[in-house]
Amino acid sequence: MTSSLTVRSLSVRFHLPGATVHAVSDASFAVRQGECLALVGESGCGKSVMAHALMGLLPGNATVAGSAWLRTGGAPPLDLIAAPERVLARTVRGRRIGLVPQSPAAHLTPVRTARAQLVEALRELGNPAPADELAARAGLAPAQLDRYPHQLSGGMAQRVVNAIALAGDPWLIIADEPTSGLDRPLVDATMTELRRLADDGRAVLLITHDLRAAEQVADHIAVMYASRVVSLAPAAEFFAGPRHPYAAGLLEALPSRGFTPIPGRPPELTDLPAGCAFLPRCDRSTAACSHLPEAGTEPSRVACHHPLEHHVAR
Amino acid sequence: MLRADGITVAYGRQRVLRGADLAVAPGVVTGLAGPSGCGKSTLARVLALLLRPDAGRLTVDGAEVHRWRHRASRDLRTRVALIFQQPRLAVDPRLTLREIAAEPFHATGRPPDPAAELADDLGLTSELMVRRPHEVSDGQLQRACVARALALRPRYVICDEMTTMLDASTQAHLIARLEAYRRETGAGILAITHDEELLTRWTEPSGGPTVRMS
Repeated sequence: MTSSLTVRSLSVRFHLPGATVHAVSDASFAVRQGECLALVGESGCGKSVMAHALMGLLPGNATVAGSAWLRTGGAPPLDLIAAPERVLARTVRGRRIGLVPQSPAAHLTPVRTARAQLVEALRELGNPAPADELAARAGLAPAQLDRYPHQLSGGMAQRVVNAIALAGDPWLIIADEPTSGLDRPLVDATMTELRRLADDGRAVLLITHDLRAAEQVADHIAVMYASRVVSLAPAAEFFAGPRHPYAAGLLEALPSRGFTPIPGRPPELTDLPAGCAFLPRCDRSTAACSHLPEAGTEPSRVACHHPLEHHVAR
Repeated sequence: MLRADGITVAYGRQRVLRGADLAVAPGVVTGLAGPSGCGKSTLARVLALLLRPDAGRLTVDGAEVHRWRHRASRDLRTRVALIFQQPRLAVDPRLTLREIAAEPFHATGRPPDPAAELADDLGLTSELMVRRPHEVSDGQLQRACVARALALRPRYVICDEMTTMLDASTQAHLIARLEAYRRETGAGILAITHDEELLTRWTEPSGGPTVRMS
């Protein structure tokens, strides 16, 4: 039986004095073994909150609704949202889900060597494998492991956090903006690494604002806008012709395409409209758009009353 | 012309720049490319009078720079603006976005009236302007940093990987805004990026040169 993560109607709210932040609203998607799903969107749209919700790492002022069923091999399914912290800490984090954090160099403890940190992860997760072997699989030489974080280049630091994320042999890797601040060759190397993990039979949930990085590895692309997943499609179909006007606008803003920004600005997550959140920036809007478009739960879907039509060979 | 000749910089025993030359002409976008770690950001800091080189000469519109950082004359210092890669590290976390965008006016004792206009132009609402950095996204914060950089109408704007952290639409928006500023004022822009596609798109309209470091 293949392992999978199925997220259904996931919502996250943060309660601030005088305001409620709608960080994630009614999100549904699935990731299976051997696949990479990229969750793309601009900064502040709720992508990282999604990762933290799945790992049970949200702060105390957050309320979470919905479900996220984690099915690992023959083990009984586990709802990550309802599971108590003890279960998440002992059986999920590091063991079934590994997190590749944002800005790897900053994530490592500066006063300890990469080896000390990898050995600690292996010991805590009860993995008897030698650190050198795991590091070699991530593309690191034993001598490089003995360096302190400030002695590592960006690419090496990336491989160290990859190795630590794999220390407990998780089948699902959540990579939260793993490439922000890296230059193109390092982005390419990181993406190749993530693809290899998926091809090895793991699953990868890649959270990124970088469409070109997503294009390199993803099997499916989910686009988030103002806390909602507005479009989900196979990668090839998406890049050939995105159906949601926001997704089309994002692609058209790439320097390799039109290099034209989407007019207007995204709404505040504390003050979302009742209807489609993209309405004020959309040139296809009609009266129908004041009602929230249904996204449905099909593997390929678009939450829009007037999606773009493309003649794509399926 | 903002011109650097034979710039050499070492951090301790490690030499990052060895006799680097670069000229940023007014009115065009000059590209600067090179792999990470080749000294692009160090050169940017020298050009913005924020780092004194160990050797070499920097001239701003013909005037040679002898003093750096806070010792540089206000006139020279405000002629070059720098926009950093990571907006979060480039702002005082205690200030609101309005205060951040108005900082140059306070620092030079001028009335901050144009700050609001600049901010509005960059897509920052009055509701956003009262927030502090931790309450806004990277894209929103970088918009405030661009407003801050353009506040005193600099002759030269150095953009050091300004959009690496941002989504495609915000990137296109900020660059379009800088291009409008260049056309309006004839300022010289130095576009530092390792993204070749972006570099081509950014330098093409003004026909500026691209310098490659290694």
